[in-house]
Amino acid sequence: MSKIHVTTTVNGDPVEFLADPRETLLDALRNHLDLTGTKEGCGTGDCGACSVTVDGTLVCSCLMLAAEANGKRVETIEGMAKEELHPLQRKFIEHAALQCGFCTPGILVAAKALLERNPDPTDTEVRYWLAGNLCRCTGYDKIIRAVQDAAAEMRQEHRGAA
Amino acid sequence: MARDDVKTGYKYVGTRPNRPDGLDKVTGRARYGADFSLPGMLWAAVVRSPHAHARIVKIDASKALALEGVKAVVTRADLPTGLTGEDLNLQDNTLAGEKALYDGHAVAAVAATSQLLAQDAARLIEVTYEVLPHVTDVDAAMAPGAPVIRPGVADYSVPEGMHGNVARYMEFGHGDVEAGFAAADLVREHTYKTEATHQGYIEPHAAVGQLGEDGRGEMWVCTQGHWYIRRMSAAVLGIEAANLRVTPSEIGGGFGGKTTIFMEPLTLALSKKAGGRPVKLVMSRSEVLRATGPTASASMDVKIGMKKDGTITAGQVFFRMQGGAFPGMSPIGEALPCAFACYDIPALKHEAVEVIANRPKAAAYRAPGSPMAAFAVESMVDELCRELGLDPIEVRLKNGAKNGSKSSYGPVYNVIGLQETLEAAKAHPNYAIPLGPNQGRGVASGFWFNHGGETSVSLAVGEDGTATVMIGTPDIGGSRASIGLMVAETLGIPYEDVRVNVVETGALGVNEPTHGSRATFASGKAAVEAANQAIKEMCKRAAAEWEIDAEAVEWKDGAAHPAGPNAGKFPPMTIGEIGSKMGGSGGPISGHHEVTAGGYGASFGTHVVDVEVDPETGRTTVLRYLVVQDAGTAIHPAYVEGQYQGGAAQGIGWALNEEYVYGPDGRLQNPVFLDYRIPVASDLPMIDTVIVEVPNPGHPYGVRGVGETGITPPLPAIASAIAGATGARIRSLPCSPPKVLAAIKALKG
Repeated sequence: MSKIHVTTTVNGDPVEFLADPRETLLDALRNHLDLTGTKEGCGTGDCGACSVTVDGTLVCSCLMLAAEANGKRVETIEGMAKEELHPLQRKFIEHAALQCGFCTPGILVAAKALLERNPDPTDTEVRYWLAGNLCRCTGYDKIIRAVQDAAAEMRQEHRGAA
Repeated sequence: MARDDVKTGYKYVGTRPNRPDGLDKVTGRARYGADFSLPGMLWAAVVRSPHAHARIVKIDASKALALEGVKAVVTRADLPTGLTGEDLNLQDNTLAGEKALYDGHAVAAVAATSQLLAQDAARLIEVTYEVLPHVTDVDAAMAPGAPVIRPGVADYSVPEGMHGNVARYMEFGHGDVEAGFAAADLVREHTYKTEATHQGYIEPHAAVGQLGEDGRGEMWVCTQGHWYIRRMSAAVLGIEAANLRVTPSEIGGGFGGKTTIFMEPLTLALSKKAGGRPVKLVMSRSEVLRATGPTASASMDVKIGMKKDGTITAGQVFFRMQGGAFPGMSPIGEALPCAFACYDIPALKHEAVEVIANRPKAAAYRAPGSPMAAFAVESMVDELCRELGLDPIEVRLKNGAKNGSKSSYGPVYNVIGLQETLEAAKAHPNYAIPLGPNQGRGVASGFWFNHGGETSVSLAVGEDGTATVMIGTPDIGGSRASIGLMVAETLGIPYEDVRVNVVETGALGVNEPTHGSRATFASGKAAVEAANQAIKEMCKRAAAEWEIDAEAVEWKDGAAHPAGPNAGKFPPMTIGEIGSKMGGSGGPISGHHEVTAGGYGASFGTHVVDVEVDPETGRTTVLRYLVVQDAGTAIHPAYVEGQYQGGAAQGIGWALNEEYVYGPDGRLQNPVFLDYRIPVASDLPMIDTVIVEVPNPGHPYGVRGVGETGITPPLPAIASAIAGATGARIRSLPCSPPKVLAAIKALKG
């Protein structure tokens, strides 16, 4: 089967690769670009471990074909920390909001997308936004607290900057 | 109350520092099973039986092998013969022999140059089956006329006359149960059922294996115990375990399900056939659910007698547990001892049978056997309490096991904390919150033995005064942090100066897996002993330099000090000074300890849950949840709370949503997360925790182990809360909305 030449931007870097037409964006990220921070937990869009943003929209990269990323801007967990950790990353460590850590990249990407849309969510809003991100270790308690603590800090920073 | 809220003599133990692997895990750098690759690596895919029970007539791989890029196919014919016992069971489960025994049973595997090509090739492997009658339900498997799946499976313990699918029988007890029931004011007898559930770790099984024609190989794998993987894989393939080097990756959850092998040896078998090229195999979610360790399903008869004042006079259970198509995996040997472990009852009788059925080979799942047993016994205790109008915590305080009680399964409890968890639950504000309409409260206690096990740990003092600790128990929930804290406390150096690494099979003696709630207990205990050995050597080095007796040197705050005025006046010599000079003072300084760790202390917990049941739909909402559990000592309280919360969430899933659903064709109908529904964030409230600390005298810092007990009480506590809310008692899990709704309607008649 002939391959498709895909040109895209991942975490700000221009990249290109040859994709099998059946290949998912998740597999392309992991196997062609060595960006293994994005995880596969189910391959059916139920667990959210493969969450990335494409042109700013939160998607399950296991449900998108690699060829569909052509010309798009993809952001993964590897692009989340700049010079310093993103407040969400720092708060997840401080609050012990991860145990095995396998769901953590997807949850961080999803939580960042939430706070960009809604900087001051209620606990219920956080829980429903993250309902597509399965965690089997924590019971979600410390995850919700870490997201809320990061949100509070980011609001503070935003006020300081304004 | 967490230890960080109370004053103790400890400087590091009981604090909440960042975990050492945190940064890697929030940035995507941490490498899990599927994240590892090697040059020249091939990908594998597995052909699985679509039938619950079928004779394998023929396997034709010619079309697959004709594809360009396909490098190897293995079937059972490629594996050695003559294995016996559990080794044969493991081999039978790795690749089916004459028969496929469950939907999803591996029949063949193929390696090719890409993952998609391997999957294409797997579809081209033609298997001819002769479908046989099957049975998947535990009670149906024992019923007259049920097909005997594997003739001769019964061991010596099975009494004559039992069905051919019964593999094992056990019984024990004490006292006169008939006299006990006669002395009771109320005796009730019911049957309770729990369905099989899956551990549900989010990371599917994954391995990269490489095996040369000389029989030497390596494997990189997500596992709870790489020495177990090594021994089992070597046995299945007929190679020497010492020739196999196994390196554990970071592990994306296990909960017991990653203590054994499923597909790992296939990577090695394929690699050998493909000229020694490394082979990667990653399971899909449906493969995980169809073919890796779920729990047993259970059908349990319980009879308990109680006096009007709440005194329990006698108890009797008969458990039937199905652990898949292989003997030995149904946890009757744990379920029976756990059944009445929270109680001190004068007369008890326990009986159980292990039954095989056409389901996947069960694996351990967090306190294996205990949640089912608790569902049966704690539900029944709650039923008696409600009928007699008694407070469930008072009844448990009255009958509960105490220090010095002889346990229901024989040994005498030394120092335990069950009563303390009950008192803390009673005093918690949640227990006094008034309930509204359609709301109910449930209480249950739970137990797990905890475990010591084979443990080997080394510690090396650095030239800069740091310490590196090598452990063999993979870290799933923060044990590197807790072991680092105990070593820091022992050496008297900052937590940041201790680095704890999980090392491969070539670097230490045999370690049992991270199972049985043993990692922080056993690896921690051995690490403390290794640190003490290094301290002894550092004191010797200081003594030599000071030209005094080694006995005249003592260790405190990370430095050697002269012990008392008679030893001489020398300024303290720090670990950094000793480390920087150790090359010239006798060589590297290290400590090592290996032991089959004894002294583990029993774990008890008590949970209180409030639910609201929608009378229109039967849907149960968990309003608030409280976990109280004895940790012994909470080394890192945040990760202790995490274990309590995570265990409770899994138990809530088991109680309300999760179940294996088999169709009449014997196929698993819900092998995806959409249909096998584990709790999501919007299903749960915050989970309140109280860490009770009754230190375990068998550990230098009092650790008991905290991983498992927490999954046990939610099953009965939630069913009891639903009974409180609706008046309807659900005796068959899960308490799904249709089942609860039907029970409510049945009450209204």
